[in-house]
Amino acid sequence: MAVLFSRPQSLTDTPFRYCPGCHHGLAHRLVAEALDELNLREKAVGIASVGCSVYTNEFFNCDTQQAAHGRAPAVATAVKRARPECFVFTYQGDGDLASIGMAETIHAAARGENISIIFINNACYGMTGGQMAPTTLPEQKTTTSPLGREAAREGNPVDMMKLLDALEGPAYLSRVVLTSPGKQAAAKKSILRAFRAQMKGLGFSLVEILSACPSNWRMTPVEALHYVDEVMAKYYPPGEVRVAKEVLEG
Amino acid sequence: MKDQVELVSGNRAVASGALDAGCRMYFGYPITPQTEIAEYMSAVLPEMNGVFLQAESELAAINMVYGAAGAGRRVMTTSSSPGISLMMEGLSYLATAELPCVIVNVMRGGPGLGNIAPAQGDYFQAVKGGGHGDYRTPVLAPWSVQEIYDLTRTAFDLADRWRNPVFILFDGLLGTMMEPLRTREPIPERAAPSWATTGIFAHGANDRAPRSIYTLHMPEGALTEVNRRLQAKYREIAREEVRYDEHFTGDAEILVVAYGSVARSALQAVRVARQQGRKVGLFRPVSLWPFPEEALHALSEKVRKILVAEMSSGQMLEDVRLAAAPSCKIDFLGAMGGELIYPGTILSRLQEE
Ligand SMILES: Cc1ncc(C[n+]2csc(CCOP(=O)(O)OP(=O)(O)O)c2C)c(N)n1
Ligand code: SF4
Ligand SMILES: [Mg+2]
Repeated sequence: MAVLFSRPQSLTDTPFRYCPGCHHGLAHRLVAEALDELNLREKAVGIASVGCSVYTNEFFNCDTQQAAHGRAPAVATAVKRARPECFVFTYQGDGDLASIGMAETIHAAARGENISIIFINNACYGMTGGQMAPTTLPEQKTTTSPLGREAAREGNPVDMMKLLDALEGPAYLSRVVLTSPGKQAAAKKSILRAFRAQMKGLGFSLVEILSACPSNWRMTPVEALHYVDEVMAKYYPPGEVRVAKEVLEG
Repeated sequence: MKDQVELVSGNRAVASGALDAGCRMYFGYPITPQTEIAEYMSAVLPEMNGVFLQAESELAAINMVYGAAGAGRRVMTTSSSPGISLMMEGLSYLATAELPCVIVNVMRGGPGLGNIAPAQGDYFQAVKGGGHGDYRTPVLAPWSVQEIYDLTRTAFDLADRWRNPVFILFDGLLGTMMEPLRTREPIPERAAPSWATTGIFAHGANDRAPRSIYTLHMPEGALTEVNRRLQAKYREIAREEVRYDEHFTGDAEILVVAYGSVARSALQAVRVARQQGRKVGLFRPVSLWPFPEEALHALSEKVRKILVAEMSSGQMLEDVRLAAAPSCKIDFLGAMGGELIYPGTILSRLQEE
């Protein structure tokens, strides 16, 4: 009997503890499949961050370190330089990566550190109960922008792709959504390209995943999918932003 | 290279001590009066196949130390007071994850941006915690360029022995002054410890279970258990790693207690006072944590009076008070904001007796 679908080796048996309709679980699975396909599990050191994905270290079946809030790129930088033969990736939320850890993100990217970052943008601080993040959209209501985000009051959102694209260091930058099986397949392709960039020693790679957080968006999982496609993806257009040509070679 | 004597600064001695202890990874951010350490490391580490990285901030630097230590490498960062403050969250994580590393604070005047003159105002921060939660780090306080080198080497061994960050604390006076330094045979970097996240494939151990370095302990009782284990370790460290130095204490009636550069002024004052026939001695804590409380207590029962001399408003003073016998009178001679304590000042206090 042929096995058509099974748990990736790069995931442990620990059940996910995410809300119904949350995209963290889907993203984990795609990352794990990419690790499996590229035979990276045994070389990998995954860096968990602080947010709903803080337990990533329990879910990925490889060596892991759990970083302080926002510092995963600094931790990953050092792990990669300490053990260049390892494959080093971080898994970070938008509060973690684009707010408290902005400096670490930008500088790891600018230096062209040979690490890969999975960036889960759900336009809010999921774990602490849905506060405004730098990525929170115009007019989006959160527990700390209860009237809806307004530039004059809460300031403007941050588009990480635009910021990172201004730097020389990144070899691969891509933004994806997970709102249909086809888009999930495309997302995995991006993750594979990001990982290959590191394997080829090309420098910094990052995949931004626009992710649903139904609980804090006060939506059903289906409503949240529509919100990702119709609101988030309009403001943060998906697509490859930077592809060093060597990423595609070989 | 063996038994070579060089004339170098305290800052250089830190770098040499670390390199000779097999440390090949350094992360730091410039800040006076210790930037020389980073400059030296940036010149020599690449040639030694090591890693020098100028971090974007001390926040990044300490978290790079976390990553490298977790990956099983010998690693050091150095900074001065304001930069060390920025590292405190990271230090708490390092202590909780039990990652060995060495952190050097070449203290300057504070609080705030303060100034760049020598001071000892960071004693509380280093000795009593600094970051959040119930953790401890051994703190070593050298008083000469030679001892900076020696204790830097010791610090790496302590860090490994106890799986704990170790602090080296001295002021900018010691960091920038030059003295002869006799280095010892360098050792190669030790192999990665058995808990390090080296990748499952490392060293041919393809089938080992994944390893994780983490500090979140949410299940009921888990964090209490972690704390109990840490406290048990700290009690052992407190028993086994006490270090101090005594001069003329045998028949002393007055005891000066001082550490770091101030202890040098104190020794000078004590020598002159001895020539004048005064029965005075010097007690110098070398480990500030664990504080040498038993040895100091024993002396405090014999002397009439203790004079604590310290370039702060009285931080170590509190530990001396806790350690000393209740009957012992304790005086204080302080200096703040980068003021030095000269031998003459201590001597006049001793002559007041
Ligand atoms: C230094 C520090 N500040 C604040 C927090 C509290 N905190 C925990 S998670 C979090 C936000 C996480 O949001 P994000 O990175 O977007 O991840 P998500 O939960 O949305 O996946 C915050 C502010 C913390 N743990 N540490
Ligand atoms: S709060 Fe949001 S991000 Fe966190 S698990 Fe729930 S849905 Fe996912
Ligand atoms: Mg988020």
